[in-house]
Amino acid sequence: LGLLRPLLARGYRGEAVAAVGSRPDASSALYQENYERMKALVAELQEHAEKIRLGGGEKARKRHTSRGKLLPRERIDRLIDPGSPFLEFSQFAGYQLYGDEEVPAGGIITGIGRVSGVECLIVANDATVKGGTYYPITVKKHLRAQEIAMQNHLPCLYLVDSGGANLPRQAEVFPDRDHFGRIFYNQAVMSSQGIPQIAVVMGSCTAGGAYVPAMADESIIVGKQGTIFLGGPPLVKAATGEEVSAEDLGGADLHCRKSGVTDHYALDDDHALHLARKVVRSLNLQKKIDVTIEPSEEPLFPADEIYGIVGDQLKRNFDVKEVIARIVDGSRFDEFKALYGDTLITGFARIFGYPVGIIGNNGVLFSESAKKGTHFIQLCCQRNIPIVFLQNITGFMVGREYEAGGIAKDGAKMVTAVACANVPKITVIIGGSYGAGNYGMCGRAYSPRFLYMWPNARISVMGGEQAATVLATIAKDQKAREGKQLSEADEAALKEPIIRRFEEEGNPYYSSARLWDDGIIDPADTRLVLGLSLSAALNAPTKKTEFGVFRM
Amino acid sequence: FVKWASTIGGHSIGKILIANRGEIACRVMRTAKKMGVKSVAVYSEADRNSMHVAMADEAYCIGPAPSQQSYLAMEKILQVAKVSAAQAVHPGYGFLSENTEFAELCKQQGIIFIGPPSSAIRDMGIKSTSKAIMSAAGVPVVEGYHGEDQSDKCLKEHAKRIGYPVMIKAVRGGGGKGMRIAHSEKEFLDQLESARREAKKSFNDDAMLIEKFVDNPRHVEVQVFGDQHGNAVYLFERDCSVQRRHQKIIEEAPGPGINPEVRKRLGEAAVKAAKAVNYVGAGTVEFIMDSQHNFYFMEMNTRLQVEHPVTEMITGTDLVEWQLRVAAGEKIPLKQEEILLQGHAFEARIYAEDPNNNFMPGAGPLLHLSTPPADRFTRIETGVRQGDEVSVHYDPMIAKLVVWAEDRQAALRKLRYSLHQYNIVGLSTNIDFLLSLSGHPQFEAGNVHTNFIPQHHDELFPTKRATPHEVMCQAALGLILKEKMLTDAFRDQSEDKFSPFASSTGRRINICYTRKLSLLDGENIVDVAVSYNQDGSYKMQIQDKTFLISGEMLNEGDSLYLRSSVNGTVCKAKLVILDNTIYLFFPEGSAQIGLPVPKYLTAVSSGGEQSGAVAPMTGTVEKVFVKAGDKVQTGDPLMVMIAMKMEHTIRAPKAGVIKKVHFQEGAQANRHAPLVEFMDEEAESK
Repeated sequence: LGLLRPLLARGYRGEAVAAVGSRPDASSALYQENYERMKALVAELQEHAEKIRLGGGEKARKRHTSRGKLLPRERIDRLIDPGSPFLEFSQFAGYQLYGDEEVPAGGIITGIGRVSGVECLIVANDATVKGGTYYPITVKKHLRAQEIAMQNHLPCLYLVDSGGANLPRQAEVFPDRDHFGRIFYNQAVMSSQGIPQIAVVMGSCTAGGAYVPAMADESIIVGKQGTIFLGGPPLVKAATGEEVSAEDLGGADLHCRKSGVTDHYALDDDHALHLARKVVRSLNLQKKIDVTIEPSEEPLFPADEIYGIVGDQLKRNFDVKEVIARIVDGSRFDEFKALYGDTLITGFARIFGYPVGIIGNNGVLFSESAKKGTHFIQLCCQRNIPIVFLQNITGFMVGREYEAGGIAKDGAKMVTAVACANVPKITVIIGGSYGAGNYGMCGRAYSPRFLYMWPNARISVMGGEQAATVLATIAKDQKAREGKQLSEADEAALKEPIIRRFEEEGNPYYSSARLWDDGIIDPADTRLVLGLSLSAALNAPTKKTEFGVFRM
Repeated sequence: FVKWASTIGGHSIGKILIANRGEIACRVMRTAKKMGVKSVAVYSEADRNSMHVAMADEAYCIGPAPSQQSYLAMEKILQVAKVSAAQAVHPGYGFLSENTEFAELCKQQGIIFIGPPSSAIRDMGIKSTSKAIMSAAGVPVVEGYHGEDQSDKCLKEHAKRIGYPVMIKAVRGGGGKGMRIAHSEKEFLDQLESARREAKKSFNDDAMLIEKFVDNPRHVEVQVFGDQHGNAVYLFERDCSVQRRHQKIIEEAPGPGINPEVRKRLGEAAVKAAKAVNYVGAGTVEFIMDSQHNFYFMEMNTRLQVEHPVTEMITGTDLVEWQLRVAAGEKIPLKQEEILLQGHAFEARIYAEDPNNNFMPGAGPLLHLSTPPADRFTRIETGVRQGDEVSVHYDPMIAKLVVWAEDRQAALRKLRYSLHQYNIVGLSTNIDFLLSLSGHPQFEAGNVHTNFIPQHHDELFPTKRATPHEVMCQAALGLILKEKMLTDAFRDQSEDKFSPFASSTGRRINICYTRKLSLLDGENIVDVAVSYNQDGSYKMQIQDKTFLISGEMLNEGDSLYLRSSVNGTVCKAKLVILDNTIYLFFPEGSAQIGLPVPKYLTAVSSGGEQSGAVAPMTGTVEKVFVKAGDKVQTGDPLMVMIAMKMEHTIRAPKAGVIKKVHFQEGAQANRHAPLVEFMDEEAESK
């Protein structure tokens, strides 16, 4: 009956909410060009991702599987409920980050999947990539995964198969706060918060790595395959002269029978994953959802029309409501303050039945838009409704009139509201993400639970053109003070590398490689990714929001 | 039936005891219920939860599983008859149905035995007597020796006189028990010994008769009925020629190719036989028929036969009802000229047995059982339900499938159609064999004889070919959709009903999810790479062939169906997934696909190579021929086991010296238990 209630309520005559969105003119040249170009970007994305999926080279994979070990993605596939989706993060971590050295997916696969019906954060080392050693980006990705687990209260499953820190890069891996040691700090803290920590040792677990199973609440090790030791046989030999095999030094028999470092002995990978599923089943965890849920409905418009509507030219405007219409349940969007501050779109909707407040950009932010956004965020926090930011923002309006009107003050209100909001926040950068607009629309610094980018998106402090023009103007002024003039050729030569550099650094692959986001996604998958993220976010207990001082 | 109750007056039968089990007990109860007669069941401890107990108005336990102590325990059964105040006992077939002593006991205790007078049972039960009576009555009989002298020498001499091949038969035998063929003088004594042993076990009497063995004969039998007023009628013939292990497997009525003139002669000969012994009730006169349609009296079965339903179907009668009415003293309900033959009927006996292993009887649980829907022209005569067990203690017959149609061709078509819908999982059955049998061109042509199966062996047992890739894909789909059902069930009981995590879309970010499924086609591992498409279909790849698969599960009745589209071709199959096997039942065949068992679920030790003879199935060791230290050659008999009421000779799998005999006579051996251990070959060679 609980399920029927919302259906019936909606059925009342006159209560059917008019859907947003319109059928695009699919035959128009603009739509078609947009469509083709966005489609090309998506195809490129998938092509890159398929390559990264393979992990290390063919030789490394062969060596790995010839030992009877499963590849890390196969391990995840068999760990999660059969046929269920897996929300993978940051496939492009480490992408073109270390020059000639390729570290596909940063050598570690992270994501959320259901294990025995429980949404879990899974971290799996890829031993086919540099022996599973931790590069700086590997550490960052591991820590980000733990942060996601902590924020969303998700049990952590570590599928360990790693040679430990990448020694040549130890300086960038070991000493700082957010380096290797933080992994174990996080395990301890999460365990103290009641977030289960489970380790499955499926390969080496050397030195610092040994602490992953040791710090876990419950650990599993694969016989004749997993090893755990603080110092490997070469180190032992160097330190004490003792000669010992890896198996004798830290194999499954030793740790399950003698040391007690591990709790369960697995015969092979399959067995270990089966045991891990049983462990999760014994966690006695129940997802308690604090929001109302309605039956999910597909949007009225096909998702791939987003390609034709948005395209890849950031200068071309599009109506964010057309995007919303292709993301939310039944394309229903209850807009809030439709007639006020209309460069910012706010309103309520549902995604896979979960309630969301959506904030999207339809142009530059003015004082009114910022105040409207602040109001809306307050509503969402008051009502415990997760907020989705659809970010496509060049920034706040500039100019004397606006400065005088207190745009800095109004912008600050919105930034305060965004920063303090404790409801789940999920950001998707669907176009530009520039300047303070990035702050107001919940950029990375504002700790959204998840942040994704579309392949057409760009992120930088300002647009490359503007930055180049600003720098050219300064140079011109300097020349002018010296009584000289900047030739057009000189100006172009000055601007060109800046534009190029901004273009390169603002690119989503550049961003994702450095983990400024949680992944680049196909715009047509936005609804699914948001649904999965919301489902995961709702595992965390509700936290009340208290705002700071709003400058009035 | 108010009228009926009034006409039988003083003899009124209001309650009957059924001294039997399984399908026949259920069959009798159905008619009893129809007539408003209460039924009392008896059951052994092994049958506590069986269908005939559930169907009865009252039921009494009469002892432990072995028949000797339950269904053959006359005193106990009669005790129940008294306690329950049953006026009559229906013996069904087998067990006490042709037991003179039991019929006598009933009479003494004033209980109506639903069957012929004990004298008729005795006369017909002793083959030599029956033949003499028939000979005297002018019914043609087969050459043979039915004498008192049972010495090996005498029997062998008579065999020589009659001429090989000869049939050695237990005088009191039936149902293929205690029956052997000797093709030459050389094997005569071996076969004789074996026949005697079986006869002793089954009937406690090892008197044998010798008969001329007619090559490729037909087995034709006539249903007769007599009453207490001296009337006897025939209800036409049945052909039961197609047999394996001398047991009927498929029966039909009327006999194919038998013209009305022969039919009349058959019927009249049978009635003559019945009258010769003052027969009362349902009986069957068996004839052997050669290719010229000459027929000879073989024996008379003084009971209701297993295959009686085919006769009922072509005559529109209920023979159990007739039995009850005649037992109550009524006249046979129809006169001979009122009994009309219409259409054609088949009965296929569905057995728990392994046709590929010499029809070795089987036993086990009926994990899945679904049958064609019963209707006026389709009868499912069974005594088991899904979840029941086919017990090692009794006959392994699971059911009889009976169909009727206007003519033989239509009936055969209907039989095959219905057999396809008879799906059993849990034990080996002969269903697939019945299908190839009933589909054989010679069977279709009606060219049946008792040697049919050996003669057409190669066509009836085609070598197994690899399962088509398309079917493997459907099995994979079945597995995936079954998983989805489980996921959906979990989702539906959770509070979080619409989370995309609860779906079975296999969605991944930016990449396509491909999983490797390993399936077993017999011994061969077949890898299927299954890619999940976004539209809910699957791309499946086996070796270098790719298939586009989609489908859904349908619940119809108690069964689960898989409707699948393979490269656009849609088909529907019944799907059963049990333990590590996927069963697919298509309208024109079935497939059985295994799932490799993960290492962590397989038993730890496989026990190594077998180095001796093993028990083919659970049973009792009847005789041990060897002892430790004996030297044997390959094929030498080591032991005789009795299992599933059949005798199995265990022979030496190799030449060698016996190290140890694990079982003594009378001991129970489990299936695959090593019976005899051989000396270590290495040690031997040294």
